[in-house]
Amino acid sequence: MVLKWLGRLLLLLFAAAILVPLLIVLFTSLKTTPQFYASPLGLPESLSFHNFKSLFDGQPMWGYFRNSIVVTSATVGLELLLSGFIAYGILRSGKRVGAAVFGLFAIGLMVPSQVNMIPIYTFVHKLGWSNSLTGLIIVSVSVLLPLSVFMLSGFMKTLPKEILEAGEIDGAGEWTLLVRITFPLSAPYLAATAAFLFVIVWNDLLFPMLLLNGKDKLTLPLAMLQFRGEYITDYPVLLAGVVVTALPMVALFIFLQRYFISGALAGSLKG
Amino acid sequence: MKKYAKLLPFFVPGIALYLALFIYPTVTGFYYSLTDWDGLSPSYQFVGADNYANVAKDIIFRKSIVNNIKFMVAVVIVQTVVSLLLALQLSKQKKVNVALRSLFFVPTILSSVSVGFIWTFVYDPSLGLLNGLLEAVGLSSWTQNWLGDAGIAIFSIAAVQAWAHIGQMIILFVAGLQAIPEELLESAKLDGATRLQLFFRVIWPLLAPAAAIVVSYTTIQSFKAFDLVFTMTGGGPAYSTEILSTYIYNSAFMNYTFGKASTASVYFLLLISFITFLQFRALRTDRVSY
Repeated sequence: MVLKWLGRLLLLLFAAAILVPLLIVLFTSLKTTPQFYASPLGLPESLSFHNFKSLFDGQPMWGYFRNSIVVTSATVGLELLLSGFIAYGILRSGKRVGAAVFGLFAIGLMVPSQVNMIPIYTFVHKLGWSNSLTGLIIVSVSVLLPLSVFMLSGFMKTLPKEILEAGEIDGAGEWTLLVRITFPLSAPYLAATAAFLFVIVWNDLLFPMLLLNGKDKLTLPLAMLQFRGEYITDYPVLLAGVVVTALPMVALFIFLQRYFISGALAGSLKG
Repeated sequence: MKKYAKLLPFFVPGIALYLALFIYPTVTGFYYSLTDWDGLSPSYQFVGADNYANVAKDIIFRKSIVNNIKFMVAVVIVQTVVSLLLALQLSKQKKVNVALRSLFFVPTILSSVSVGFIWTFVYDPSLGLLNGLLEAVGLSSWTQNWLGDAGIAIFSIAAVQAWAHIGQMIILFVAGLQAIPEELLESAKLDGATRLQLFFRVIWPLLAPAAAIVVSYTTIQSFKAFDLVFTMTGGGPAYSTEILSTYIYNSAFMNYTFGKASTASVYFLLLISFITFLQFRALRTDRVSY
C-alpha cells in the first residue's frame, strides 16, 4: 500500500518536473519584458504576443524554417531511399555478403559524430560545399547511414520470406520485389525510422554549425544559438524562440506519436 | 554470382557515399592526428606520435576525461533508476498511463538547444524557477548558482540530460515489462508474493535484458554528449564542464590546433570503443531465459 502511494507520488513529481518548466517557458514568452522583470515566475497578467512579433520582425524566421524544412525532408527522404536499398540488398543476398555489408555499416555505428567532425569539415571545404544546404544534406545522409541501415535491416528481417520467394517464382525481378512487395510491407517500419531520423536531423546542431555560416543558410537550432548573442538574457524573446521552434515538432508528435515512439524504441536498441 | 550482380545497384549508391563521406574522412582524421596542422594554412609538418604524448599530458584534456566520467555516471544512475521506477508505474495499458508516457516523451523531441535554453532559464540564479521554488518553500539555503559554480555545474547539466531522455528509457523498460508473461505474475501473486518479492524474484530477472539495453544506450549517449554542454556552459566555468567533445571542438575551431584536436578524437574513439566492448560483453552474459 505504501509502495503504491510512493509510486503515484513519484509519477506526480516527475509529471510536474516535465510540465512546469515547459509551462513557465510558454508563460514567459507571453510576457512583456517589464512584466517579466517585475515577476519572473508569476502568471502573465495579460497575453502579449510582442516577443513573437519582435522575433519575426528582427529575424528572418521564415527563412530559418524553410532551411530546416528543406534540410530535414531532403535528408530523411534520401536516407530512407539509400538505406532502404541497402537493407533490401542485405535481406536478399546470402548470409556471407549480407553480413559483410552489414558489418561495414556496423563499423560506422561505433564512430560518434564528434570523432569525424574535423575531417568531414575539412573535406567538405575542399570540395567547395561549405555554406551550402546541399552539402549539409549530403553529409547528414552519409553520417546517418549506419543508424538507418541498422534499423531498417533489423525491421526487414522480420518480414515473411515466403512472400518474396513466391514473387520470385512468379518471375518478379528484384526491382519489382522491392517496390511492389518489400517497401509496402515495410511502410510502418519506414515511418518509424523516418520519425526517428526526423527528430535527429531537425534538432541537429553540430553539422549545421560546422558547415553553415551565412545568415540566409542557418537552420533553426543554429539560428537560436545566435539569438542568444543578440538577446542576451532577454529571456522573453529567447523563450519565444524556443516555443516557435518546438511547436511544429510537438504538433507532429501529437499526430504521429505511434511512429515516434516505435522509432525511438528501435533506434535505442543499437546500444 | 549472378544474383549478387542483380543486387549490386541497391548497394552501390549508399556504400559509395558512405565510403566517400564517412570512412574516408575517419581515416584522414587518423592522418591529421600525426601532423601539426592548424586547419587553415596549406602546409603542415608530419610530427609522428608527438600529439599523442602532448594531448595525454594536457591538464585540460585529462580534466575533460574526468568530467566525462562524472557526467556519464550521474546520468546513467539517475536515468536508469528513475525510468525504471516510472516504467513500473506505467506499464499497464491504461489511458492515463499512455498519456503520461507521451508527456514524458516530449522532451526527447525538443532540440538540445531548446532544452539548453529552457534549463539555463530554470537554473538562472536570480530569475530562475529552481531558486525561486526553493525560496518559496523556505529552503533559501539550498539555492545555488547552478551553472556558475564549478563544483556542481557538470551535475546540473547531467540532470538536464536525464530530464531530456528519461521518456525514451521509459519506453524501453515498458516494452520489457510488457513482454513478461502475465501468468507468471499471476501465479506469483497466488503464491502470496508481496510487491517487493514480486519485483526482486520475478520481474527484475526477466527485465535484466531491457535494463542492460537502457544502461548501455545511456552510457554511450551520455559519454558522447555535446549539444547541451555547448549550449549551457560551453565548457566553463574554469573548465569544470569541459568534456571530450567540447575539448575537441574548442581545440579545432577556437584554437585552430587541428592536429591536436584530431589526436583527441582518436583517444575519444578508443575510449568509446572500450566502453562499447564492455557493454557488449555485459549484454551477452545478461541473457535470461524463461
